[in-house]
Amino acid sequence: MINVKILGPGCPNCRKLEERVRNIVQRFQVEAEIEKVTDYAQIMRWNVLRTPGLVVNDVLVASGRIPSEEEIAGWLR
Amino acid sequence: MEQTVPSTGRQQRTWRVWALVIGASIIWLIAYNLVQPLAQVITFRVLGLQEGSHLGEAVAFFLYDVPKILLLLSGMIFLISTIRSFFSPERTRELLGGKREGIGNILAAGLGVLTPFCSCSAVPLFIGFVEAGIPLGVTFSFLIAAPMVNEVALVMLLGMFGWQIALLYLIAGMSIAILAGMIIGRLHLERYVEDFVWQIKGGDGATVLTRLTWKQRFTIAWENTREIVGKVWLYVVIGIAVGAGIHGYVPEDALAGILGREAWWSVPAAVILGVPLYSNAAGIIPVVQALMAKGAALGTVLAFMMAVVALSLPEMIILRRVLKPRLIAIFIGTVTTGIVVVGYLFNLIVN
Repeated sequence: MINVKILGPGCPNCRKLEERVRNIVQRFQVEAEIEKVTDYAQIMRWNVLRTPGLVVNDVLVASGRIPSEEEIAGWLR
Repeated sequence: MEQTVPSTGRQQRTWRVWALVIGASIIWLIAYNLVQPLAQVITFRVLGLQEGSHLGEAVAFFLYDVPKILLLLSGMIFLISTIRSFFSPERTRELLGGKREGIGNILAAGLGVLTPFCSCSAVPLFIGFVEAGIPLGVTFSFLIAAPMVNEVALVMLLGMFGWQIALLYLIAGMSIAILAGMIIGRLHLERYVEDFVWQIKGGDGATVLTRLTWKQRFTIAWENTREIVGKVWLYVVIGIAVGAGIHGYVPEDALAGILGREAWWSVPAAVILGVPLYSNAAGIIPVVQALMAKGAALGTVLAFMMAVVALSLPEMIILRRVLKPRLIAIFIGTVTTGIVVVGYLFNLIVN
């Protein structure tokens, strides 16, 4: 089970990132739980100053941009 | 993942991306140079309008300016976004750490212009800066400069007024950010920051961020360009249409009495009018250019534009989460005063 966290207060870019993550999870049948983290104290754990941030199994892999589906697939598989 | 891609394959892909960008640049250059002759031919040959007539001049102006400004916007936003992909708020925070006020404010304003920033990130950015021990005033210099020197406004000014005025706007915006930040710093307003901000201690999460490849940089720049141009193009078209109408039909100097340099109250009036008008910067500049041609003063017009882009209600609502109302009021007051002063200064200097 992979734990995926999307860091961000719910801005349009955060929603777009979530959509891409869900696409990948569905397409490759990844067993994953997707969490949305909106609490700023939590977001600051990874020092993310520009949202959205993407955390996979507690490790921040991208911040301040929406990674391509190709990249997301690489992290989740 | 990285290791499975053979290095020659990666190189080839990088080559393809560069070829695409260079090819697109060449097409852009050709198109940009064809706009004016094409507008002339369409207006006066195809549509058969009289050269020198009101209608003919207005149509020629519209057909020339719309594609010119849209091309300029697309090209410049792509270029700016590519440059900005080398800057990040995290790096900016490192650069600002341990800087004294003064130098810190100047650096923060400069980095505010260069660092990609969206108002939805204003809160994490604010918390991150404060948590790293960056003085409040320096943080504000960054937060003021980032939206004030707006890339769409900068490119539109470049296209419609020339580089001198675009540069004036850049310098004025940065000066306001530096001074307003220094004033806020001197006032020692730390107690008007929401208390929870001071309690946040970050940084124990693990990160594996990789350096962006050129392909990723260009992809980010392209997505950004599409998003921005997609959002503003209609305003640009409508703005230029209204501007063309004013150019063709409003008599010279009709506005000198209301918006000219002699009308002292026009600067504050323009700023008060501009503050609540957010997000239509792209449509406002063409109208404002036409107004200037009819006698409105440069300072008044620039002050109006800065008020439109610098202070927005959505950003204030977002910042309310970390700032108490008193500090928000001081923030708005300082920036507004700065814009009014800049307006008067330009009216005084530029004839």
